[in-house]
Amino acid sequence: MDIFLQQLINGLTIGSIYALVALGYTMVYGVLKLINFAHGDLVAFSAYIGLVVMMQLSGAISSSAVIILLTFIVTMIIIAAAGVTLERIAYRPLRSAPRLSAVVSALGASLVIENGIMLIWGPRPKIFPADIVPSINWNIGGVYIGLLQLLVLVISFTLMFILYFFVNRTKLGTAMRASAIDQDAARLMGINVNKIIMTTFIIGSALGAVGGLFIGMYYRGIYFNMGWIYGLNAFVAAIIGGIGNIPGAMLGGLLLGVFNALISGYLSSSWALALTYVLLIVIMIFRPTGILGERVAEKV
Amino acid sequence: MSEKEVLLKVEDLKVAYGSIEAVRGISFEVNKGEVVTILGANGAGKTTTLRTISGLLKAKAGSIRYKNLELTSLPAHEIVALGISQSPEGRRVFGTLTVEENLKLGAYTKKTYNNATLSWMYELFPRLSERKSQLAGTLSGGEQQMLAIGRALMSEPEMLLLDEPSLGLAPVLVKTIFDTIKQIKQSGVTVLLVEQNAKAALKLADKGYVLEVGKMVMKGDSKTLLESPQIQEAYLGKKK
Ligand SMILES: Nc1ncnc2c1ncn2[C@@H]1O[C@H](COP(=O)(O)OP(=O)(O)O)[C@@H](O)[C@H]1O
Ligand SMILES: [Mg+2]
Repeated sequence: MDIFLQQLINGLTIGSIYALVALGYTMVYGVLKLINFAHGDLVAFSAYIGLVVMMQLSGAISSSAVIILLTFIVTMIIIAAAGVTLERIAYRPLRSAPRLSAVVSALGASLVIENGIMLIWGPRPKIFPADIVPSINWNIGGVYIGLLQLLVLVISFTLMFILYFFVNRTKLGTAMRASAIDQDAARLMGINVNKIIMTTFIIGSALGAVGGLFIGMYYRGIYFNMGWIYGLNAFVAAIIGGIGNIPGAMLGGLLLGVFNALISGYLSSSWALALTYVLLIVIMIFRPTGILGERVAEKV
Repeated sequence: MSEKEVLLKVEDLKVAYGSIEAVRGISFEVNKGEVVTILGANGAGKTTTLRTISGLLKAKAGSIRYKNLELTSLPAHEIVALGISQSPEGRRVFGTLTVEENLKLGAYTKKTYNNATLSWMYELFPRLSERKSQLAGTLSGGEQQMLAIGRALMSEPEMLLLDEPSLGLAPVLVKTIFDTIKQIKQSGVTVLLVEQNAKAALKLADKGYVLEVGKMVMKGDSKTLLESPQIQEAYLGKKK
């Protein structure tokens, strides 16, 4: 039972990171019907940027709470700008081109960012400082939860709640949902769809940046091609939840995190990746559109 | 009403899909306060014309002037803000949004939607008011058409473009829709109505145009068109 609860906590922690990253895939897919393969690499990029910012700030500021807060804000802004640039350069010119061209462009962008990281920071892993979040642990009836885990959980859930509110309750969020359903009809409402797409990249990239920072702080080791594996996991999470569906990405991420953690806890972590795909296949067989994905019926 | 103010003036408009020219140099005018109808069979170029006015398609040549503003170079969202809204062919309601969310989106160009306009929509279409929080995709075809028209009116347009609002509806619903268009006209909105249902459209309209494979082949006031033998034969199913 202790193993179960412990792995549940660990799984929710990593799962909420997957969820943050999965949101970027699913939101962009929602409005553009495009898998932004470069998203995982932006997440990796954010970890490197975050590390640089953090080290710079550590020299100037002593309070680690302030350092962390500023690191998050600065990194989110930089990665959001990178996401918008990516859309401008790699996707917008291909908006009316055949689908395959955009996919190739996405893969190209992914390689450019990945290799860019390697050229700037080198091929060897970088390590996040250990003491940036005090290593406080609580023992609750035999189950350990650390301050960092708590931070990851609280911040991720807060951000997801804010996003859910934004998308479902605000005018801009409603326009975003409308643009995902039917771009031309959205234009007829007076919605500037280009602006909506830009907003989508800003939000998706900024959430991905939080994910990248958490990966750095939680696992500490970051490497130039880590976007590939974390991106893949988050992408699978988005598909499990139903690609294009925002609550689906949240659910898929948490589910995948817990699933991975339980496999690691009861079997071994080397099984986790393989069994992730078994899970994916099983879900796809029974629910081809993902857990919360829409049935395809009402497409025009 | 001697001096008529021209609200929309289309001149020598050409629109092409790649090398296929769907609209081949048409001209027409819509005066303020009128209902003008464009009739034509399937594939005549009616939808292409409306989509070009709304800025969803780029004109290859010609001009579209609205109150002396050239529309052909403007993006769709700015054209809505100028006061031209459209209920598109096939309704295109946002299926996974509620009826009320659809209506409020219609007023996207305004800071906030006008509550009086929303109430007016529910008056105009009582069936929508019973279904405010229902998903638009679960409405019947007729209700979706009402929603599409209501949504277009939420921006409080000066000019409303309607693309085959009666398409695929049962006769009694067709009558409801046309009665509603009459009420919309009475409220002061100028209407450009594209239809295949020539009889109903001409009864309502002040004047009409007939489009055939991308060219205007006839124009006139509604009464003249209704009585014209060509119209009767081609669109009203009557033999000479
Ligand atoms: N997206 C498109 N691509 C290529 N041709 C099109 C497209 N849409 C319409 N057309 C063609 O343009 C012509 C006019 O179509 P349309 O404007 O939809 O006519 P209508 O609304 O009068 O039925 C038709 O020949 C049609 O096949
Ligand atoms: Mg048509």
